[in-house]
Amino acid sequence: MDSQAIATLPEHGHAEHEHSPHLHHHFATEDQQREASNFGMWLFLLTEIMFFGGMFTAYLIYRNWYYPAFVAGSHWMKIWAGTLNTTVLICSSFTMAMAVYSAETRKRKALLRYLSLTLFLGFVFLGIKAYEWHNEWVEHHVPGLNFSINDFTHVDPRYPLDKPLAPDMAEKTQSYFSLYFLLTGVHALHMLVGVSILLFLIFNAWKGAYTTGHMTFIENFGLYWHFVDIIWIFLFPLLYLISRHQ
Amino acid sequence: MHYFISPVLWQFLVKWLAHFPLFPPEASSVAPYADALFFFLLFISALGSGIVILMVVSFSVLYHKERNPEATQIEGSTLLEATWTIIPLALFMIVFVWGALLYFRIYNPPTNAMNIYVVGKQWMWKAEHPGGQHEIDALHVPVGRPVRLTMISQDVFHSFSIPAFRVKREVIPGRYTTVWFTATKPGTYHLFCTQYCGTLHSQMIGWVYAMKPEDYQAWLAGSTSGSSLAQNGERLFASLGCNACHSGNPSSRGPNLAEAYGAKVQLANGSYTVVDDAFLRDSILNPSSHVTAGYAPIMPTYQGQVSEEGLIDLVEYIKTLHSNDRVQQTLNTSLVQNSGSTTGTGASAQGQAAAETPRMVNK
Amino acid sequence: MSTIISLPDQSTATLPKRSYLNSEYGLKSWLLTLDHKRIGILYLIVTLFFFCIGGTMAALIRLNLLTPGGELVAADTYNKLFSIHGIIMVFFFLVPIAPAVLGNFLIPLMIGAKDVAFPRLNLLSWYLFVTGGCFELYAIIWGGMDTGWTFTTPLSTHYVNTHVVSAALGIFVAGFSSILTGVNFIVTIHRLRAPGMTWFRMPLFIWSYYATSILFVLATPVIAITLVLIVLERVIGIGVFDPAKGGDPLLFQHLFWFYSHPAVYVMILPGMGVISEVVACFSRKRVFGYTAVAFSSVAIAVFSFFVWAHHMFIMGISNYSALVFSLMTMLVAVPSAIKIFNWSSTMYKGSITFDTPMLYSFSFIGLFTIGGMTGVMLASLGMDIHLTETYFVVAHFHYVMVGGMVSAVMAGLHFWWPKITGRMYPEPLGRLAAAILFIGFNLTFFPQFIVGYLGMPRRYHSYPPEFQVLNVLSTAGASVLAIGYLLPAVYLLWSMKYGKIAGANPWQAPGLEWQVQSPPLTENFPEPPVVDFEAYDFEWLANHTKSEVQTVG
Repeated sequence: MDSQAIATLPEHGHAEHEHSPHLHHHFATEDQQREASNFGMWLFLLTEIMFFGGMFTAYLIYRNWYYPAFVAGSHWMKIWAGTLNTTVLICSSFTMAMAVYSAETRKRKALLRYLSLTLFLGFVFLGIKAYEWHNEWVEHHVPGLNFSINDFTHVDPRYPLDKPLAPDMAEKTQSYFSLYFLLTGVHALHMLVGVSILLFLIFNAWKGAYTTGHMTFIENFGLYWHFVDIIWIFLFPLLYLISRHQ
Repeated sequence: MHYFISPVLWQFLVKWLAHFPLFPPEASSVAPYADALFFFLLFISALGSGIVILMVVSFSVLYHKERNPEATQIEGSTLLEATWTIIPLALFMIVFVWGALLYFRIYNPPTNAMNIYVVGKQWMWKAEHPGGQHEIDALHVPVGRPVRLTMISQDVFHSFSIPAFRVKREVIPGRYTTVWFTATKPGTYHLFCTQYCGTLHSQMIGWVYAMKPEDYQAWLAGSTSGSSLAQNGERLFASLGCNACHSGNPSSRGPNLAEAYGAKVQLANGSYTVVDDAFLRDSILNPSSHVTAGYAPIMPTYQGQVSEEGLIDLVEYIKTLHSNDRVQQTLNTSLVQNSGSTTGTGASAQGQAAAETPRMVNK
Repeated sequence: MSTIISLPDQSTATLPKRSYLNSEYGLKSWLLTLDHKRIGILYLIVTLFFFCIGGTMAALIRLNLLTPGGELVAADTYNKLFSIHGIIMVFFFLVPIAPAVLGNFLIPLMIGAKDVAFPRLNLLSWYLFVTGGCFELYAIIWGGMDTGWTFTTPLSTHYVNTHVVSAALGIFVAGFSSILTGVNFIVTIHRLRAPGMTWFRMPLFIWSYYATSILFVLATPVIAITLVLIVLERVIGIGVFDPAKGGDPLLFQHLFWFYSHPAVYVMILPGMGVISEVVACFSRKRVFGYTAVAFSSVAIAVFSFFVWAHHMFIMGISNYSALVFSLMTMLVAVPSAIKIFNWSSTMYKGSITFDTPMLYSFSFIGLFTIGGMTGVMLASLGMDIHLTETYFVVAHFHYVMVGGMVSAVMAGLHFWWPKITGRMYPEPLGRLAAAILFIGFNLTFFPQFIVGYLGMPRRYHSYPPEFQVLNVLSTAGASVLAIGYLLPAVYLLWSMKYGKIAGANPWQAPGLEWQVQSPPLTENFPEPPVVDFEAYDFEWLANHTKSEVQTVG
């Protein structure tokens, strides 16, 4: 071993990148920087899965215990609103993917168009969600703040085939609605964060960013947006569909 | 020596050091088993730590820089590493099996155990003997007889611990937990709440009095409150109107409760379950999840209407219910009596207990 | 194969003209820094501040327990003292001290990177941590909380009337700091290693920090959501853990320990990394069985996710799940045993010196062995019934966390002190402090094993008088322990200005971080390093030193 203490890298391949404004000083190459960012994003999404995982576990346990209450609770979901929201989110995922594609192909106008569409669809989703929450407030289905078991101990005129719940089981619908508000609330919070970042992205894209070949940020945001979409794809059947009219 | 310090302090020190136990008394049938495992664990801990200390000290001496200025580079040794993987693993497996056996011994009560109910609340222990004897922060038990504690908390988590018996169990709101022991030595032992339960957690302590069987009988006779738990339960059963449906008539709306305890019943969802204390308690509070097959789910919930003590009375009553004669008799009379009477809590039912003559003795 | 390394002459060493410490001046240059080394120091300052708060609480607890009647403070004050002590020490000292301080400072240096992968995120983590700490301070100053650090429901949600919400939110916010730090470290270790720094050339320090980061990333989100549920239950009354609304308080226990058990490995794994470095350096030898030690770190991280219910053996979980969790706990003890034996054998045929970091490592090995073995006692189902929730658990936990982790932190702090500040601490005082700490620690916590087996429950403000002798011993030990902490605080601060100048490699250690000047440059390496030697390659170092002497000569 006749090597030096720390042999140094040959100088080539180093100097030309020094000028790139997007390469942070501690990365050797842009590839390394992009890979690191993507990898970091995936790890972050992994923590997000664990974050939702705790709530999904609670959902599974209580659904197993209080099955009739969960059935009754999900009958009060507006299925048209859920379906519409699912469609809106899937469309927004498509427009987000197109935005990433436009950034890749360096088309600024298309990028702006698709980002704005995604933003619009995000607002539509939040609007519909807010409408649903408002309805649940009106119907006294908000545990802790405004809850009454009245709807569950009597036959709902819209679903005359359903049997009313016994009062003790009707109390357990609070478990369903607690988890409903928790899951949709945390999801909506993620949507809000997403929408805020979208505004920032649109502003930057309008100034000409992301279409010069440096699109790590928009790629990672795309991952985040798709992740939030996927969470909803799980929430929709679990909260709206799975127990409906067995 | 004691001239150098204040004689008062000296006396204090002597007295102090003389009363300072290093090992808890062994006063139950499981205590020797627990201690045997403990000494085995101490032995392997001492062995393990001894080997590590021996290695560190001897290498420090043998290979100190002054004695051994040149280090010899060694990569490792698969054989040695396998040794100190497998031997600890084997020891830990012995500990695991031994510990598991002890655990099953402590948490599976024998069938002939006598039952005492314990209710934990901030910040006291309330023990209820089937004969109706109540005690606060104290527990009287006979020596030589297995005792099973059925415990529940009225508020937060507590934990019922008798160090001299080497037993402990969490006392949880909303569900019964059990623990059992056979006291072996008469004496007075500490009773602790070991789960942090709020401001006066450290005051939630008491004494366990292990007594010779004859002393215990004398204590039972001297501390009776007038009516047994089952009698209180019977009164509560009538005042809540349970007998209206659970009358034992073939046409009644609720299942027959005579001889129900310990039986295997089929539920409305098709599954089978054994009727035990927990099942009875849950059926009163959450009837719709415990509907017996063939009956309509019409029973209302008694959540919030019966205290934990009242529930214990009801459970104890149903346990001792062997025929429906008295249920039907009460039903007929209570229709007249009941019109404007009770509030239906266990406490008030107990309050009325003194007024009525106990007719069924349950000891 | 043998190696002689003579220590460099320190009288000729000079402080480098340019370093990360003097590259910029002013408070702003620190508060807005993106340099991982400066962020590490920011973390050091904040965590030590919290250590002082937690330590003060501990002192008051021990003083109160001097007499059986608990005459010093009232019961609810005492409950607040141990709650604050637990919350501060666990979430604001032990969890961040090693990963965020030593990890931030050393990981890039050790793997030959200029910085961590996401420097801005790193600074954000620090601000999140400080924000969380402010919530906690608010809760403490405005009256404290008395839930214990375990936040047991329904006590914490319905029965106490203290600042639980801000305490929980503080931990929630600080949790994100942990998550982001974990993400940062994993990406850094994966993507920013210098050319030639293969996975099996990495120092074992990096392996254990990698395992720690996995725990951060996977476990912390679970406590985050659990604390959110507590806050929502208190504030708006949703009923996920409320038995009255159909919730189950045992679910809280499951979710809480799903984080908090891995969290105790978060607290000990970095310490194991430090010990691997220190033992190797002062034995002048490669760590015995490098691969086994590396993989045992990962094994501990993986197993630690499947042992959480061993905190609940007496809580009425089914006997059979108790069996599984007991078995898994026995298995997680095995990799720890492997590490202990491998460190001890590293000294075999070494050339050992007893500098302060090495003394702390001895203390770690001894105390962690006792802590680990008592852990096996607690994992043994039948034994756990008698031991759990008593002072035995308190002693076990402190043997691992204080005896183990704090010893390791002290070892690491002394070992890398010359790298961090460029100056040496006074060696004789260092050895003295290590001895005081070891004696004080054992005097404090060993009596607690005995009083625990006697049955004294933990979190008791007053206790039966026959336990007093042991408690007095424990309190006496705590005062010795306090000296053992104050002494290093004094001489380390002193040495920042007056210590001997250390030079680049005062310990003649072969790690990459020792091949650059002390304190390092902001960009760490003047030229990107290429690694062509194994970890702990003392022969390479000897040859290199020789060639350097020749070049200079």
